Amino acid sequence: MSDHEPHLKKFQKELSAGTVSLALLAVLAQAAEPLYGYLIAKQLEQIGGGVLSGKQSALYPVLRNLEAGGLLESHVEPSVSGPPRRYYRITAAGREVLAQWAAAWRATRDSVDSVLEGVSI
Amino acid sequence: MNTRPSPERPLPRTIPEYLEQLRQALAGADKAMVQDALYDAEEYLRAELAANPGRPEADVIADVAGSYGAPEEVADIYRETEVTVNRALRPPQPPRGRSLAARFFGVAADPYTYGSLFYMLLALATGVFYFTWAVTGISLSGGLIILIIGVPLLLLFLMSVRLLSLVEGRIVEALLGVRMPRRPLYTQRDKPWLVRIKELFTDLRTWSAMAYMLLMLPLGVAYFSVAITLVSTAVGLVLAPVAAMFGLSGYMLNVNGVDLMAGREWWWLPLLMLAGIVLLFLTLHLARVVGRFHGWLAKHLLVRDPVV
Repeated sequence: MSDHEPHLKKFQKELSAGTVSLALLAVLAQAAEPLYGYLIAKQLEQIGGGVLSGKQSALYPVLRNLEAGGLLESHVEPSVSGPPRRYYRITAAGREVLAQWAAAWRATRDSVDSVLEGVSI
Repeated sequence: MNTRPSPERPLPRTIPEYLEQLRQALAGADKAMVQDALYDAEEYLRAELAANPGRPEADVIADVAGSYGAPEEVADIYRETEVTVNRALRPPQPPRGRSLAARFFGVAADPYTYGSLFYMLLALATGVFYFTWAVTGISLSGGLIILIIGVPLLLLFLMSVRLLSLVEGRIVEALLGVRMPRRPLYTQRDKPWLVRIKELFTDLRTWSAMAYMLLMLPLGVAYFSVAITLVSTAVGLVLAPVAAMFGLSGYMLNVNGVDLMAGREWWWLPLLMLAGIVLLFLTLHLARVVGRFHGWLAKHLLVRDPVV
């Protein structure tokens, strides 16, 4: 099976590109208070399977990109255990985008599922 | 995915070791990106360590290599993401090999042209501020160093230089489009504070950032004067026919004592306008060149080599 590993890796990479952003937005939309990178990573680790269980270092650049896009906002607080932490919170624009992404995701998931239904593995 | 360490390199056992390996794995990459990557990794590692009190540091790091990624994997992830980020940061490249005229006038469509022009005007204000701050800090802490109060003042001043270099980095990235650090360099928690204070003095970048702040006054004055002079001359030339059309007799273009409007034939006015347009675009090109030069300068003087 190791012959096909490059294919699997490539597929996982492409699949994770958008879904990680979606999952991060969803985690922050549910959070009652702002979260910093480590907490977000841990929450995702608890629920995450498939491509979401990839390396958590990939989350930090995505968080920065989402913030640059105006979907998240952040502030820095000092911490006793290490460097000052950056706390992220979802913006109003972020919630609207999340609703659109979720709809797109559900539509895609349903149609992919129905296509896969006919395939016998 | 796969978590085994590369054979030639043992798994790190302490946080400084991990960060050092990450730094080596990122060797040759953009300095600003290395700084961000080290900051993120340190936040994660420290938080993981704090969440597992009592566990040996080596065990925690071994776990982290699985969840956060081993240094080499993290380096690969950041390298890949940086390519995407850079692509997003950069405005779409104009197609190569266009006609000379298209390239000459195309500069007006580049947003960083106006960013650079604005930076040239802003540089007067920021330059005066940085210069004043640096000179005040140096002379105040230098003069008081014989008293005990001078020592904390000097430390505060040196730290403020680092903070200001981060702020200036954000301005440079926004206006000139040169990638600068988004996070402060923060990788020295383990060292005793005396060592960290010593590194404040031995770190070359502290002093180069101060040199940058002093340099910003002459540079800022030069940028501002050049930008104001060229833009106002060009706009004046472009508006000359319009002014003449509306019979504004008071409109005069006086360049070095020669009145360009007085006693000329009618065909002189369109020529003035044409010259104004060419001068305007030359100014935009100059702004772009100045922006590139200044971005290069800021990158070399403000961004520090990460010390782990």
